[in-house]
Amino acid sequence: MTLAAPLAQIRFGTGLIPGQPASTVEAMLSDLAAADSVAASFPQDSYETRMAFARDFTRATRARRDSDAADEAFLTIRRQLYDDLTRQLTITLARGVADPSGLRDRLTWFWADHFTTVGKRNIMRGGIAAYVEEAIRPHVAGRFGDMLEAAILHPVMVLYLDQERSYGPNSVSGQRRGADLNENLAREFLELHTVGADGGYSQADVRQMAELLTGLGIGDAGLAFRPNNAEPGPETVMGRSYGGADPAALSEIRAALHDIALRPETARHISAKLADYFVSDTPDPDLLEAMQAAWRVTDGNLHAVMTALMTHPAAQVPGPGRVKRPLHLIASALRALDIPAEGIARAPARRIRRFVERPLAAMGAPWQGATGPDGYFDDDAEWIQPQVLAARIGWCMTTPAALRPRLPDPRIFVQDVLAGAAPPDLSRAAARAESRAEGIGLVFAAPAFQRS
Amino acid sequence: MPDLTRRDLLLRATALGCSAAASPLITPMAFASAPTENRLVVIILRGAMDGLDLVQPYGDPGLGAARAGFPIGPEGGASDLDGFFALHPGLSDLWPLWQAGDLGFAHAVSTPYRNQRSHFDGQDLLEAGTQAGTAGSSHEDGWLNRLVQTLPGARRDTALAVGTEEALILRGRAPSVAWSPASRLALSPATADLLSMVYHDDSLFRAAYDDAAFYSALLHGDFSGPDAGEDGMMAMAESLRDGGRTVTPRSLAGFAAERLRADARIASFSIGGWDTHRAQQQRMGGALRRLAEAISELRAGLGRDWDRTMVMAMTEFGRTVRINGSGGTDHGTGSALIMAGGALRGGQVFGDWPGLGEGDLFAGRDLMPTRDVRAYAAWAMAGLFGSERATLEEHVFPGLDLGDDPRIMA
Repeated sequence: MTLAAPLAQIRFGTGLIPGQPASTVEAMLSDLAAADSVAASFPQDSYETRMAFARDFTRATRARRDSDAADEAFLTIRRQLYDDLTRQLTITLARGVADPSGLRDRLTWFWADHFTTVGKRNIMRGGIAAYVEEAIRPHVAGRFGDMLEAAILHPVMVLYLDQERSYGPNSVSGQRRGADLNENLAREFLELHTVGADGGYSQADVRQMAELLTGLGIGDAGLAFRPNNAEPGPETVMGRSYGGADPAALSEIRAALHDIALRPETARHISAKLADYFVSDTPDPDLLEAMQAAWRVTDGNLHAVMTALMTHPAAQVPGPGRVKRPLHLIASALRALDIPAEGIARAPARRIRRFVERPLAAMGAPWQGATGPDGYFDDDAEWIQPQVLAARIGWCMTTPAALRPRLPDPRIFVQDVLAGAAPPDLSRAAARAESRAEGIGLVFAAPAFQRS
Repeated sequence: MPDLTRRDLLLRATALGCSAAASPLITPMAFASAPTENRLVVIILRGAMDGLDLVQPYGDPGLGAARAGFPIGPEGGASDLDGFFALHPGLSDLWPLWQAGDLGFAHAVSTPYRNQRSHFDGQDLLEAGTQAGTAGSSHEDGWLNRLVQTLPGARRDTALAVGTEEALILRGRAPSVAWSPASRLALSPATADLLSMVYHDDSLFRAAYDDAAFYSALLHGDFSGPDAGEDGMMAMAESLRDGGRTVTPRSLAGFAAERLRADARIASFSIGGWDTHRAQQQRMGGALRRLAEAISELRAGLGRDWDRTMVMAMTEFGRTVRINGSGGTDHGTGSALIMAGGALRGGQVFGDWPGLGEGDLFAGRDLMPTRDVRAYAAWAMAGLFGSERATLEEHVFPGLDLGDDPRIMA
């Protein structure tokens, strides 16, 4: 017996839209297996587009000292970059509002955070959304190994975790330059992306993994493999030998990524993280076992793993669950207010900055601005620190009235958005509010809406 | 009222006309004894502050040679410090502090970060306080947090990060408080009560809301008047519209000082605007004035506790010795540390001067660092909190060699 459709859509999707039927668990899973029509309706930048822009941007940056006109041109293209970043957020949000259930968006946000990248240099500042679009979103219902390969071998990731600066000490380039390994990507790959911090690897495994990844670099057309940077000979990571071809080849790295993707430690680490995100920070051991079994049987098919999660009895317990991440909170509030996705997609950048981008930062989740490769906060307690809770409350109290000319009656609204499951205290509070705006604000600020 | 929260107590105190800090009603709970009476404020100067422009070694002939076109030394309007160094006029409001021995500098300092010159990596390393090549990894904690871990009796509100950004320097195992003057909770009294009701059964939300209301009331004086209804909503709408923009270094410092007078002992915030690739003369002056305002505000706000306070303002790296083609400087290595407070033995420029001659520069272009900036921070912690050498070298700043005592403490 799975959760009633409205409660399922609150827990696994981006929330209810009053007046629209909610998706059952089964419908959500079958939508997830079908084509991604929402992405097509709200297209995101491609990596090629961003590379072309980055080249223009670099040219303009270099030229800006030449003349006042060149400086003006630089300022113009920099404004364009900021507008582009805001537009990427706009598209991301509009999709989360447009999708019938929002499950695919929740998964995309989860995996984009799991494989966090942050824009440090010109090419990457506009490229994060393209990375998510190309390496993450197409794989959220596919094989984990395919997503792992796409993410680790994406130029944005290679640049973010300094892999292009890593040289095998005995490689041709390493010998010539006296250069050495950079362990950044290898370490995060094991600790964050695959087997996890308690996955049983040692510093020697990190070192071997770093040697295995040497050769990855970035060229004008995207990822480049440079055999001259690659450490010769095979590497042994957690007891298994990879690579060793002469000359070294990218296919060896691919094979290793797919093998590590199937390790039981990887299945355990990722299953626990998904259960933590969707269900509970102390997930039922039986739920975790079911997810890992699905991983084992299907070679890491994420649709099967999500099916195991969403249909497991431990995931059907009604009642407020995990605290919504800020983007999820905003998307679910916009759905509750019945703000159309098309309207969001058309909104000018300054409105998105005011009502979405700055509030996201104040809530602790600056857009594309995680502080490190481990992404945003994990714990509910971090998301509800006093300072960020104040930002949530502020948004809830003031934004709805700024977005909709006439707000609904809070007494009806509180039941609509919570599928009739509003706690009595909240219903009373909504009815007693001094104004409609404050009544709606109380509903949005309440744990019953802040949690999923 | 069955369940007295700090906010309730505060509201009562306010209704009785007491100031929050003076109220006997809330003193025992909110301001229980702190682990120490000494205070440390760390200001992160984001963007790579040009130490050579701040504390100008005008006695070194290399400076004039590399920086023809910049005003230099007393002739250029800077205040002579000791016949060799002169202070940029942007900090002239702090001159009385220098004369009183409450302002000083350490020159030619840096973190272990070398050669890459990325703001982000450099700041990560500065805040992590670790050796080069290790910062930015996901489980990194910050050195102020590691300090708090070693303070006996430290509580959640002993350390405070001020501002809206996540502060890596305070991230880690030891609990701390983060708050920004922009996090104002402006609610009408009725709405505040309804929210209390809504949060009552969720302990996570209830505790955070009580804290938020407490800090908001303390800083902004909200929840006070009978007419706060409309005003509250207006204020909330205003603060949301302004986003983070109305937060100034002065307001961050003012809030930090208020908490340091009460139960906080360690505070940190950031000031940006130092990345002076072009038009350095205007931009440096503006950034320094904001820094001067922040330090002045700290001094005013701390009152007599200023005497037990050390303020350290540090940056991720310095800037090139030579001026570039657009009246600015590019990313470099060595910079200067700014120190202030009554706990400082100031009125002097600390450090070994490496010189600016051809062979003296780092990589032929940057001020050569002669001391790790962390060593000064470590000696300050030893002086303020009695931290042991081994604790500092192994736990707070793993891998650091403390070296000789620079004798910065008053």
